[in-house]
Amino acid sequence: MKRKITRREFLRKGGSGILAAAAIPYLLKSNIAKALIIPEAKDMNLKNCYEHFGVDEKVIREVMSEALSCGGDYCDVFFQHRIVNNIRLEDKQVNAAYNNIDFGVGIRVLKDDQTGYSFTEEITPNAMKLAAKTAANIASSGKRVEPVELKLHKTPNFYPIETAWEKVGIDQKIPYLQKINDKVFALDKGVIKATVWFGNETSLAMIATSEGRIVFDNQPMTHIFTSCTAEQNGRREQNYSILSGRRGIEFFTPENIDYLANEAVRRTVVLFEAVKPSPGEMEVVLAAGTSGILLHEAIGHGMEADFNRKKISIFSDKIHKPVAEKFVSIVDDGTNMNLRGSINVDDEGNDTERTYLVKEGVLRSYLHDRISAKYYKVGPTGNGRRESFRFEPQPRMRNTYMLPGPHKKDEIIGSVKKGLYAESFSNGQVHIGAGDFTFYVKSGYLIEEGKLTRPVKDVNIIGNGPEVLKNIVMVGDDLKISAESGTCGKGGQSVPVGLGLPTVKVSKIVVGGIS
Amino acid sequence: MHKKKRLELAQWAMERAIKSGANEAAVSINSSRSIEIEFRDKRLDKVKESTQNSLNVQIYIQKRYSAQSTNDLRRDSLDKFITDAVAATKYLSPDEYRSLPDPKYYPAKEEADLKILDNSYERITSAERVKIAAEIEAAAAAQSNKIISTTAGYSDEHSEKVRMHSNGFRGEEEGTGFSAGVMVTVSGDNGSRPEDWSWSQARFHKDLPGAVKLGEDAAQRALRKIGQRKTESGKYDMIVENRTGSTLISMLQQPMTTRTLQQKNSYLEGMIGEKIASEKLTMIDDPTLEKGLASQIFDNEGLAGKRRVMIEKGVLQHFYVDNYYGRKLGMEPTGGSASNVVFECGRKSVSELTKGIKKGILVNGFIGGNSNPTTGDFSYGIVGLLIENGEIVKAVNEMNISGNGKEFWNQLVAMGNDPYPYSSCMTPSMVFEGVQFSGT
Repeated sequence: MKRKITRREFLRKGGSGILAAAAIPYLLKSNIAKALIIPEAKDMNLKNCYEHFGVDEKVIREVMSEALSCGGDYCDVFFQHRIVNNIRLEDKQVNAAYNNIDFGVGIRVLKDDQTGYSFTEEITPNAMKLAAKTAANIASSGKRVEPVELKLHKTPNFYPIETAWEKVGIDQKIPYLQKINDKVFALDKGVIKATVWFGNETSLAMIATSEGRIVFDNQPMTHIFTSCTAEQNGRREQNYSILSGRRGIEFFTPENIDYLANEAVRRTVVLFEAVKPSPGEMEVVLAAGTSGILLHEAIGHGMEADFNRKKISIFSDKIHKPVAEKFVSIVDDGTNMNLRGSINVDDEGNDTERTYLVKEGVLRSYLHDRISAKYYKVGPTGNGRRESFRFEPQPRMRNTYMLPGPHKKDEIIGSVKKGLYAESFSNGQVHIGAGDFTFYVKSGYLIEEGKLTRPVKDVNIIGNGPEVLKNIVMVGDDLKISAESGTCGKGGQSVPVGLGLPTVKVSKIVVGGIS
Repeated sequence: MHKKKRLELAQWAMERAIKSGANEAAVSINSSRSIEIEFRDKRLDKVKESTQNSLNVQIYIQKRYSAQSTNDLRRDSLDKFITDAVAATKYLSPDEYRSLPDPKYYPAKEEADLKILDNSYERITSAERVKIAAEIEAAAAAQSNKIISTTAGYSDEHSEKVRMHSNGFRGEEEGTGFSAGVMVTVSGDNGSRPEDWSWSQARFHKDLPGAVKLGEDAAQRALRKIGQRKTESGKYDMIVENRTGSTLISMLQQPMTTRTLQQKNSYLEGMIGEKIASEKLTMIDDPTLEKGLASQIFDNEGLAGKRRVMIEKGVLQHFYVDNYYGRKLGMEPTGGSASNVVFECGRKSVSELTKGIKKGILVNGFIGGNSNPTTGDFSYGIVGLLIENGEIVKAVNEMNISGNGKEFWNQLVAMGNDPYPYSSCMTPSMVFEGVQFSGT
């Protein structure tokens, strides 16, 4: 989760102290103001979308004319209304709630690969035209493009949910948190603290382009995070579990609630036995699931087309070249049902798809936004995403995972004499030019003579993207898409992503151990 | 939004909350205007302008608590937003520790001028902003024909905030921030494209370094990385360069917060008055520093900013105590998070410190990694330069450092004379003995 320059951190420090993890307790449906309700996905149509944002086609086209008034060759207008609610259990009580409402419109003007961007939080014709005028200034040419008539572009629905979050009152959520808390304490008498966060979000976006496309999308999201702290013989350990997806409250089945409590406790208690591996290069087996963080860092970011168009990615000259064994195929997919990184449409109004980064060992396609697709003269891949109306789109990942391979999990672990089995992860980063990438292993096991032996904790793993791809020597047939929560940061923007991997063996990678 | 309008709106929102049933309420409104320029490969790449406002309300009702924020400031929307929020808050569990801070912790009326507002902000034109970015880009690009790509950036921001508490606090603050820098990618060996950056931030426009300084610095750093390789695993002395030290400091600050403490996730529990680091470490938190990037009269709970020696010659003096967890733990609030962090510096420059190292690594960047505040364990990826007998011999990368904070901070043997000016965490270069590196 690449960290570029911390300009935005500065902007935050400099002033606007929006509650950092601003969350949301919402609300009793009977008394929500109309302006605050997002229509349910199933009831959505262009007419009520226009109404919701208080605009019509005429106004949008006037705004676009203004945006193109200095000679820009393309513009888009991105309306968004997002409601976020979070409640927290701590010290056995659900005693804090955080809500956030975000409402605005972003206007982008392109002149070749140059971008002008402005946004306003006031969706009135005047405010939008003023923002459009600002964004227009990126261009200065006499050539004038006119926006064309808007036609609704229909999208599939990759995240059907049963009940819209706006219909779920705070009182319905509280029992889930209490149940998880009780279970965490019941599971192990060493547990001394538990925290549970319940979050949900609904974002309605409407995107209009000067080429005449208009499209809208209603994106739900939820997560439950459970943290556990336990004590044994005066020592303490803490770990957590999380489930997330573009889901409704029906996602939190009794099984999932049990999973959250069980995993939080299991992952914590095992740490009392944990040791540190010896430092240096070794064989590493990645457990199926969230280990997909390997792909996200080792290749995903490097394949984002903006880094290649700018010639700053280590993959810039590797397209169509073999980069891995024949049994390695890696995709970035926006179409998986209800996954965190799925999108019905990207934030530039393009259809989403499953894009092959690597097919049978050969580097296939970059992940494109509009600018890069045009630059490379290829079709869009549906990767143009943005954090909110405050940001211009960039090529971003969706759900990134490896397809199943020929090997069995037992066979993979059995083949390792001395190595590491990495199971749960907290974060990662990549330098896309040098190709160095890391991910942090919260917990896993040592592998000795083909067997999982002692648990390990808190080790960073560092490798080089193209080297590690070459060194993927076994791929299991047990692909698991993670239901944990990934948030990817790039250029100051965060977007939700998904991760997945079958059991995979890397023959050599540097593990941050202790001798 | 004009000052007067902002004050009126905050007052109105606070009254709405109280009228809807809240016993206490706090309201803040933050407004900012910012402009960002990016200049890449000799042409303008991106211009972004924005103005934004957000209103935050904290509601306390019968010891129940919630916090809300919205950028939809239309009064009818807000009215409903606040009324609903108060109603929803009633469903939460009561918590006896929830209430506004004791007014004795609010700032006194006569407030010092922290010099965080540059009035020249208004006079900077769009053309000047683009020119600064263009000059930095050109300066970097001119450094070598091995440069593949350069992206320079400039941004500035003007921000204003107002904060009001129903138990009497009212504060306003206005500030500016400027930043400029550049990222350079060079052609390395084996198809790699090492990159590096140079970046600066300041409260006053005139305090930004010149284009040439930034351009040269970024380009030379990237060029130095050509041919970088991992080296042998083992124990090395480590110099952490000033600009990257905040990563290590944050692993010390996290277990110093009262939330980690109260949740029993701090390995520093019970350590006030105890030695937690070598005597070379004296760390001061100072929100009152003139021109400081994190200077403020009051924090986001309305608490007055005050200079505090957090760690004195290795001995822990204070935690970062906020209002809520402070009450829970029976501790006086000191401000719940770090502001400007200042260190007692040594006398030597990085190059002088390097001369004193027999076998070591000068770390000039961390990549990924994390630390565990409950146990002190940590592990981070690094890039840097290998030192042998006082000389830099080659660039290294793809290595990790690992250890535990309980021992690690006692391995600190020297501080440099070079506090980093472009971050609120102004670490000088730091030298640690015998650090575990993993490589080949």
